[in-house]
Amino acid sequence: MSNELTAVYFMWKREIIRFFRSKSRLIGSFGMPFFFLAIVGSGLGGAFNLPGMQGNYMGFIAPGIIGMVVLFGSIFSGVMVIMDRQFGFLKETMVAPVSRTSIVIGKAIGGATTAVIQGIIMIFIAMILGVNIMLSAIPLAIAFMFFISVAFVLLGIAIASTMEDMHGFQLVMNLLVMPLFFLSGAIFPLSGAPEIIRYLAYIDPLTYAVEALRHLLIGYSEVSLGVSAAVIGVFLLISGTAAVYLFNRIES
Amino acid sequence: MYAIQTEKITKKFGRLKAVDDVSLQVEEGEVFGLLGPNGAGKTTFISMLVTLKKPNSGTGTVNGFDIVKNPSDVRKSIGIVFQDSSVDDELTAYENLELHAAMYGVPEKERKKRINEVIKLVELSDRINDVLKTFSGGMRRRLEIARGLLHYPKILFLDEPTLGLDPQTRKHIWEYIEKMKREHKITVVLTTHYMEEADLLCDRIAIIDYGKIIALDTGENLKDMLGGDVITMTSEYSAKLKNKLKGLKWVKETKEHDGKLMIRVDRGERKIPELVNIARENNIEIKAISLRRPTLDDVFLHFTGRTIREGEASGKERMRTRVAAMRRRR
Repeated sequence: MSNELTAVYFMWKREIIRFFRSKSRLIGSFGMPFFFLAIVGSGLGGAFNLPGMQGNYMGFIAPGIIGMVVLFGSIFSGVMVIMDRQFGFLKETMVAPVSRTSIVIGKAIGGATTAVIQGIIMIFIAMILGVNIMLSAIPLAIAFMFFISVAFVLLGIAIASTMEDMHGFQLVMNLLVMPLFFLSGAIFPLSGAPEIIRYLAYIDPLTYAVEALRHLLIGYSEVSLGVSAAVIGVFLLISGTAAVYLFNRIES
Repeated sequence: MYAIQTEKITKKFGRLKAVDDVSLQVEEGEVFGLLGPNGAGKTTFISMLVTLKKPNSGTGTVNGFDIVKNPSDVRKSIGIVFQDSSVDDELTAYENLELHAAMYGVPEKERKKRINEVIKLVELSDRINDVLKTFSGGMRRRLEIARGLLHYPKILFLDEPTLGLDPQTRKHIWEYIEKMKREHKITVVLTTHYMEEADLLCDRIAIIDYGKIIALDTGENLKDMLGGDVITMTSEYSAKLKNKLKGLKWVKETKEHDGKLMIRVDRGERKIPELVNIARENNIEIKAISLRRPTLDDVFLHFTGRTIREGEASGKERMRTRVAAMRRRR
């Protein structure tokens, strides 16, 4: 048993080492969210006031952009399983005398740790840009970020487990990640959206993460914190089961 | 107890039998070679022994543990060096080895000592804190061999350990393998399609083709099995020459191949003049003649009618090798 825990710890450590070692990737990952917040946030903010929105537009989208950073970071680190397969490292973990479930858990916690670090940095960037963040709520926000992140890393692992090579990577980014982001109510209030968009948003797990972050950091939301927590919990369970099942099925 | 024992083990991919009914035993402490062209089933056979693939039928034990029922204990007993690189490029040599040691249950107190020990064996101590991205292909392979030894395995599997390496690195790796055998009494199973590698390193060699073992013995015995010498005559009319040699008592075997006629005879040096005479009498122009002892490639040719290099060139396998080569380059 302790051997399994050691494996979890070392898979976690590997993610952390790789994260801090690739500084260009780290800095690059803040490019898009920064411009979103700084340019779209302030540019659109001056132009209009959306129905169902309190405060200014930049404040409204800040939790959405933080959610986006967490989403991108998580999915990316989950999908890295494809890279591991391509570069052969996956085989090393597959033949190790530890259960694959431990490897999945280590990867998920490691990937989530790095995604949450990015989320926290994004909170500070938002504060620097002048968004009013409720400081006292940050610890609970971090907890929410962590759980949604673990769930998204697991989703990434589940998807990557079914893919043979890198070609699917672009597909995941364009057909999964972008819709997840745009439908989440990160950049527009759901109450003012057309019905179909609203229903799609309600099946998007990121919606609940964004809503929870908005509730905690900015102070208002359309979905209650309890509902968000429950939905995220269910999503975590589903993606976790899928990831463990599919990762165990990989034949190398 | 045998280090490895298989009983009629078979692995199918669709209709293709990659490994077909293979039964063999590997003694403890021996260096055992699987020689055959790419795509002969060597890697698939090893994949089953290391529990990465499940056999369709048949059984096997590694270090006494059943490969299907007890994969975890099998994994603890073995070290593996894959054909393709399986290290993490973004970690340092030390970090790669530490991760491996931890996953294989090497106690924390012992990890550092063992890492230093194995990295010294493959002469990479001065690069221990470098990220693997900066390593050459040969250095990577050496590190992987070190990693395979980290948890003191009973049996080490090496899948094409010198594929794509320069001659100097290849020689180094041969030295490590001999050293491991000598100093650690470890059982080594290696696959290769280089006959000189099999010949030099292995106590016993199994020649494998189309998933079947076609011969298994020591390199010497395999070559002696053919007996005599091999005279190779190069001529545009080698087929005609072959016809003329039919019925001669002292000609044990002739194989025509690629414009070359290989003639197996006893005391070859005395037969060359006679062969030249026969050629001249029949107006067959000879471009070159050579004489040598039989090699493992001759053994392979004897059993399959093809050379090992040719065995590699059959359609599907050629694809597979090319894909593997592409992966390595990346």
